[in-house]
Amino acid sequence: MLNFLLLDMGIAIMGAAIGAGLVALGAGFGIGKIGSAAMESIARQPEAGGKIQTAMIIASALIEGVALFGVVVCLLISFKG
Amino acid sequence: MKTKLKRAHNIFKITILLSGLVFLFAGFNTVKGAEDSEELFNPGEMITHHIADAHVWHLWDGAFGTIPLPVILYSDDRGIEMFSSGNFYDSHHHLVEYNGYQIEHGHIVPLDSGRQIIDFSITKNVASMFISVFLMFWIFLSVKRGYVRNVGKAPTGIQSFFEPIIIFIRDEVAKPNIGPKYEKFLPYLLSIFFFIWFNNMMGLLPGAANVTGNIAITATLAVFTFLITQFSGNKNYWKHIFNTPGVPWWLKVPLPIMPVVELIGVFTKPFSLMIRLFANITAGHIIILSLFSLIFIFQSIMVGPLSVAFAIFMNFLELFVALLQAFIFTILSAMYFGTAVEDHHEEAEVS
Repeated sequence: MLNFLLLDMGIAIMGAAIGAGLVALGAGFGIGKIGSAAMESIARQPEAGGKIQTAMIIASALIEGVALFGVVVCLLISFKG
Repeated sequence: MKTKLKRAHNIFKITILLSGLVFLFAGFNTVKGAEDSEELFNPGEMITHHIADAHVWHLWDGAFGTIPLPVILYSDDRGIEMFSSGNFYDSHHHLVEYNGYQIEHGHIVPLDSGRQIIDFSITKNVASMFISVFLMFWIFLSVKRGYVRNVGKAPTGIQSFFEPIIIFIRDEVAKPNIGPKYEKFLPYLLSIFFFIWFNNMMGLLPGAANVTGNIAITATLAVFTFLITQFSGNKNYWKHIFNTPGVPWWLKVPLPIMPVVELIGVFTKPFSLMIRLFANITAGHIIILSLFSLIFIFQSIMVGPLSVAFAIFMNFLELFVALLQAFIFTILSAMYFGTAVEDHHEEAEVS
């Protein structure tokens, strides 16, 4: 049974799919938090909107970078399968 | 008011016509797909074919749709060899062997597996890069001519489109992130911004190459940023890496934990630049192509308009992503340069 599980590539691909889903979940949560904080601060201080927007884009790019690392790993797993 | 209405009416008519055309094409493709149903449509294969580099530029099936590109090979025994990649295809577009070489999964490999070759070919990506470099030279030399011609006057022509963008990079990206020494880095930042932007946009054209979605190209760009950061790093920058101020001594002395972490950070920064650009552009292409694949997977005319509508929406999103990724790459490069040239300040306070 264990041998069957270890040898089945389909399970590896399923793992990649679950990983991609988790990556999307994490990135969505992170970027959502950044977006909500940025909106709040723009509403409080509309004149600082430009600066907040730039900082928001940079912060979401950093999160996106980590998320894309995960996506690349998942893609590599699924190509192996 | 009336002309406005008339114009709106015309636009409406054109839209109807265009969507009709799209419908027709979708239908045509469905019929074609149904005819050779024994040959199953493989979306993964189609998508890889579209996002990967190739030795020919494939625009459409049939006559004159495939442009052969030059192949340049170097091997120790034969020296430099140059020939057209069209030699690898027979009249029915099937792969054939030529001169002791064959194309295997898009790569040229020698039939005799003992031989080593280095491939310098002008591939699809290289050809596309040549086009974009030519385009950029043409545009920016004419912008430059504008500045020579109207000194102290308002910009004219294409100059007035690019001036706000150049000033934006200077005032919003370079100045606040690098500080007073920004001028040295501005040419690089502008070049990299426009290079990535132009290539991202050109990659969205139908039949175009996926230049910025190729990891070798994004790696080269990231290596440029890495080298410039390291070579312009001052004493303060290296001190921050090897003897980080404001950190307890036991993190540094017996076991150099902090220096190792900081040193890894030096390499992960350009690495994330590379992956970010590559994965964003490639993911965009994969999504658009997958939406088109839906038509062939379901083999139904009903899916056509829906998937075309989604693909058009994704295309517009990708236009934004093309600009955003160029901007992110530039601003992060500027921030890394900023940390490298930053002067000594407020450390006494921190420690």
